[in-house]
Amino acid sequence: MTFWVTQALNGISFGMLLFLLAAGLSLIYGLMRMLNLAHGSYYILGGYVGLAVIHATASFVLAALAATATVTVIGIVMERFFLRRFPEQELPQALLTFGFLLIFADLSLWLWGGTPQTLPKPEIFERSIRIGAIVFPTYRLFVIGVGLVVGLGLWWLQEGTRLGAMIRAGVDDAEMARGTGVNVGLLSTAVFAFGAFLAALGGIIGGPFVGVYPGADFEILEMALVVVIIGGLGSLKGAFVGGLVVGLLDNFGKALFPELALFTVFAPMAVILALRPTGLFGAR
Amino acid sequence: MTALEIETLSHHFGGLTALSGVSLTVAPGERLAIIGPNGAGKTTLFNLVTGILRPSAGRIGLFGQDVTRLPTHRRAQLGLARTFQITTLFPRLTVLDSVLLAVQGLDPVRFTLHRRREAYGHLRERAESLLADWGLADRAAQVTRQLSYGEQRQVELVLALAGAPKVLLLDEPTAGLSPAETASVVEMIRRFSRDTTILLIEHDMDVALELVDRVAVLFQGRVLAEGSKDKIKGDREVAAIYLGTDDA
Amino acid sequence: MSTRIASGAAAVVVLVALPVVLSSYQLSLLTKMLIFGIFAMSLDLLLGYAGLPSLGHAAYFGVAAYTVGLLALRIANNFWLDFPAGLLVAGAVSALFGLFALRTRGSYFLMITLALGQVLWGIAFGWRSLTGGDDGLPSVPRPRLPLPWSLTEGVPFYYFVLACFLVAIGLLALIVSSPFGRALVGIRESERRMEVLGYDVWRYKYVAFVLAGLFAGLAGNLFVYFNGFVSPAYLNILFSASALLMVILGGAGTLVGPAIGAAVIVALENVISAYMERWVLVLGVIYVLVTLFAPAGLVGLVRRRLSRSGA
Repeated sequence: MTFWVTQALNGISFGMLLFLLAAGLSLIYGLMRMLNLAHGSYYILGGYVGLAVIHATASFVLAALAATATVTVIGIVMERFFLRRFPEQELPQALLTFGFLLIFADLSLWLWGGTPQTLPKPEIFERSIRIGAIVFPTYRLFVIGVGLVVGLGLWWLQEGTRLGAMIRAGVDDAEMARGTGVNVGLLSTAVFAFGAFLAALGGIIGGPFVGVYPGADFEILEMALVVVIIGGLGSLKGAFVGGLVVGLLDNFGKALFPELALFTVFAPMAVILALRPTGLFGAR
Repeated sequence: MTALEIETLSHHFGGLTALSGVSLTVAPGERLAIIGPNGAGKTTLFNLVTGILRPSAGRIGLFGQDVTRLPTHRRAQLGLARTFQITTLFPRLTVLDSVLLAVQGLDPVRFTLHRRREAYGHLRERAESLLADWGLADRAAQVTRQLSYGEQRQVELVLALAGAPKVLLLDEPTAGLSPAETASVVEMIRRFSRDTTILLIEHDMDVALELVDRVAVLFQGRVLAEGSKDKIKGDREVAAIYLGTDDA
Repeated sequence: MSTRIASGAAAVVVLVALPVVLSSYQLSLLTKMLIFGIFAMSLDLLLGYAGLPSLGHAAYFGVAAYTVGLLALRIANNFWLDFPAGLLVAGAVSALFGLFALRTRGSYFLMITLALGQVLWGIAFGWRSLTGGDDGLPSVPRPRLPLPWSLTEGVPFYYFVLACFLVAIGLLALIVSSPFGRALVGIRESERRMEVLGYDVWRYKYVAFVLAGLFAGLAGNLFVYFNGFVSPAYLNILFSASALLMVILGGAGTLVGPAIGAAVIVALENVISAYMERWVLVLGVIYVLVTLFAPAGLVGLVRRRLSRSGA
């Protein structure tokens, strides 16, 4: 019993992490029709910068702020000066973001070395709580909390605010949106930056239990892509549900069938691809 | 035998009804204009007839054959051709290459991959004669996106004619053209053989009435009125919907 | 037109004559360039001609390489069994993956081809007992052909690869100039117009997808013989992306361009990794620079130069 609950908890918390990344990817795709291959880089940069700040200041909060701020700026620069030149052209955008992926990967290796590292948890979350026979690390609960808060916030943003309406309008028809006074360029940069912010947040939140290491960028990008394939590109609901599904599958898969590790995630993805190529909640 | 038979065709999507219970019959060789204000469902009707959209209800018959479930390319093979409101050409290909593709489309060699296309002289002959017939021979080597808008609209028409279609759908062929360009396009359409049945969406009433025998008026997804040119010209309801709208 | 034939013939003559003047290291580099040239051209058929941007093309290269490697090591080093098997498996996998991938377009297509490629990578990585996992398959022997020269020697193997390269480029050139190939270009330019003109667009794309997979498989076959070794790295996105780079750098939709692009990338990777520790960084910068400044590739640049000088 403990096993199932612990694994479920781990799966859900990892799923929340994946949600943060997939939500960013989906948001960016939804507005700009672009697949950001550097998204995993934003994750590890968030983790590495956070790590550096924690070592210098021992403050998790400062680390989180610094990490998200740095990566958001990087995202803004990438969108404004590079990606903006190729509107709606998937291939140049894919190559550009891939180039940046390589650049960031190598820079990270250079600056922080090849040994895998984990971020120290903030002190308040170092304990575990007991409910009956089950021991929950509070940090995992914190991660789930963050995921839920972000999820609710994004949902409110999308459905309830003018900003959300503008994004939806921009998604439906950029020309028309411009016609009604929406600054599509600024909106694109803002959405891209926000996506980067979410990824960096994922990096710093995930740092204590997933860790940062060379190759984590590829791995988390791959996972996020699977989430988005299952959930549907451009759908927030899809990112959330997909994140939970993949998080749980991955965790239970690794725990129950370690030799099949990646298959437990890829097989359902293949099934979804066969039945609904645009994902559970994707368009059309 | 009717050329085109549309029976209670409807199309809904996302809570909106684009077309509702539209029925039309077009005899072989006939020219029918589809007019109506913006949003009346005219292009949706064309998209349904050509198979780009699937109807929510209704039936489409082409020379007696039920094509409602057939994919677009199969309908083309049965003799249905179409031009688009937004010029749908091959921007980076030359005019000749474009017409060659159009000619190849219904030719049995279209899927051959073991011989060069040059080996099939009949394709080039037909393409060149088409261009010559319609006065575009001197544009043959030009890249499509370098042509003037008027010339592009003409190429769009030639592409549609390449397969000697039995039913031709023209979606606002004169949209965005200068009066001189409009006149050439009208001339071109007037010369189309009477073997071809034509449905014409036109915003410009003068152009429409010049080219057709019958008119169907669409309004908010339904057929408001249908009949000869004179009947429609004199119809009060039709005048009302046009007086109230900005007919640009 | 005749300048093309003349320069083509000249290039063939040069390629045939080169072993005389090159060191064995240089010759092996040239061999690698030809193999990757085939790989890049196979992707060009898909991307440059049909307009389908695949980020998972390495899958067919790698799966052929593994098939040949596994058969040669575990069953028998029989060229007439192993080589066709490699092609067959590459074709079968692309036929399967094509069914999934072609239900989508644009960024979705990119994403799905990426994911499918990673699935194969995952299998190669995880199924240690079959594939050797991360360690790969070492010591794959060269094929034994009924010829007076042994393919274990650099020069005969080079001519073997050159022959395959010439056959590949010949076939691909024929395909792209056929009615089928011209239709692919039309589909790339305007899919909707092609549908309305009577073309069964899906079928064209599917056949192009499988053909591209077959030619990628040919390259994979040659590669595992050349390298004597294959690992999951030849199935993953890094490798797929480098094929993409070769096509873009050389010039998509030109066939010869991607072959040249492959040669350039192979040369660059060799030079850079020999002299620089941070060659991944440099590679990343190259991706960015090529995309920004040479979207039509080297062939595009050359063509512009020629047209400017009035040639």
